[in-house]
Amino acid sequence: MAAELHVELVAADRSVWSGEATLVVARTTSGDIGVMPGHQPLLGVLESGPVTIRTSEGQTVVAAVHGGFISFADDKLSLLAEIAELADEIDVQRAERALERAKSAADASAERRADVRLRAVAVG
Amino acid sequence: MGAQLRVYKRRIRSVTATKKITKAMEMIAASRIVKAQRKVAASAPYAAELTRAVTAVATGSNTKHPLTTEVEAPARAAVLLVTSDRGLAGGYSANAIKAAERLTARLRGEGKEVDTFIVGRKGVAYFGFRERKVADSWTGFTDSPEYADAKKVAAPLIEAVRKDTAEGGVDELHIVFTEFVSMMTQTPVDNRMLPLSLEKAKEETGGKSEILPLFDFEPSAEDVLDALLPRYVESRIYNALLQAAASEHAARRRAMKSATDNAGDLITNLTRLANAARQADITQEISEIVGGSAALADATAGSDK
Repeated sequence: MAAELHVELVAADRSVWSGEATLVVARTTSGDIGVMPGHQPLLGVLESGPVTIRTSEGQTVVAAVHGGFISFADDKLSLLAEIAELADEIDVQRAERALERAKSAADASAERRADVRLRAVAVG
Repeated sequence: MGAQLRVYKRRIRSVTATKKITKAMEMIAASRIVKAQRKVAASAPYAAELTRAVTAVATGSNTKHPLTTEVEAPARAAVLLVTSDRGLAGGYSANAIKAAERLTARLRGEGKEVDTFIVGRKGVAYFGFRERKVADSWTGFTDSPEYADAKKVAAPLIEAVRKDTAEGGVDELHIVFTEFVSMMTQTPVDNRMLPLSLEKAKEETGGKSEILPLFDFEPSAEDVLDALLPRYVESRIYNALLQAAASEHAARRRAMKSATDNAGDLITNLTRLANAARQADITQEISEIVGGSAALADATAGSDK
């Protein structure tokens, strides 16, 4: 059996996804980082962006994460985010509409949120 | 119908209507407690992981941060008081306010100025009526607080902590809210949120003490702590708001249950009184008829002679 790491993806008000994975790729403030089983203990600040989780069954789970943290120790990885959504949960049309609206209203944070959602869907 | 009887009937009708309302409120509150409890449980993983991360940074590095270091002579403290928006919840808001008053008195006794921040219309009304100064207040979400609400509340508090005391900043941050112990027990508690004491933080989220590995910090320990602590405060406030919401519903359920019971008792008593009045009416009517016919009989018997 290949080495695995246990992933917990939690948002402020719920637990979004948890399970076994072989690889997790996330974007920290100092660049993309890939975590595999046996990685050195790590605690980093996440940028808004898609997080890719390769599960032990070979599937890929993509989630849009809006800010947050990644912490890894003892083959347990936690992704903490105020808001986190799986790519399947994201309503593309709604996100597109939100992006349009944010652009016309020049709301930078809303624009970023919508953009992150769309990028997560594109990756997934 | 006798006048007395009519008065009783009317009172029974009005108490029955009141009972229906209180019964409905009791059931609504009961269903909301469950929902609120579920929300508290759903927020637990995030809070636990966050506490773990904060503990890891604070113990794993020698970083000094304004949010974790105790000031030698704290001059000003902020108190965040969580009350409810609506009444009819027994002593819920009054108890929280009393706890805040005790804490304020204690802090003043220690020579600190106190800035009060309030959540909930009841607390705002209490302070407004007494014309006391409130640094900031928020209303409208105590029934079912969202994370965004907690963020809104946390922002000025964090800002106040970051500011220098001389410029109106605060050195300490306390929160007073009603802890949800069980369906029957909710106790108002006051917690010091900042400066952070790690032992307490662990206790509160039920974390066991474990030896944490040496973390690699990305980008650096200072930056991680800088980003973590505001989130930590927000998550603590979110948790407090959720617990307060659950407590509020539990307090309202209990208050409405005793109101319903009371109305039931009142109806029983009034019904007995109404029955007695009815019987008295009937007895009087019978005795009037009997007396009248006896008088009539006497009169006719007399005229016969």
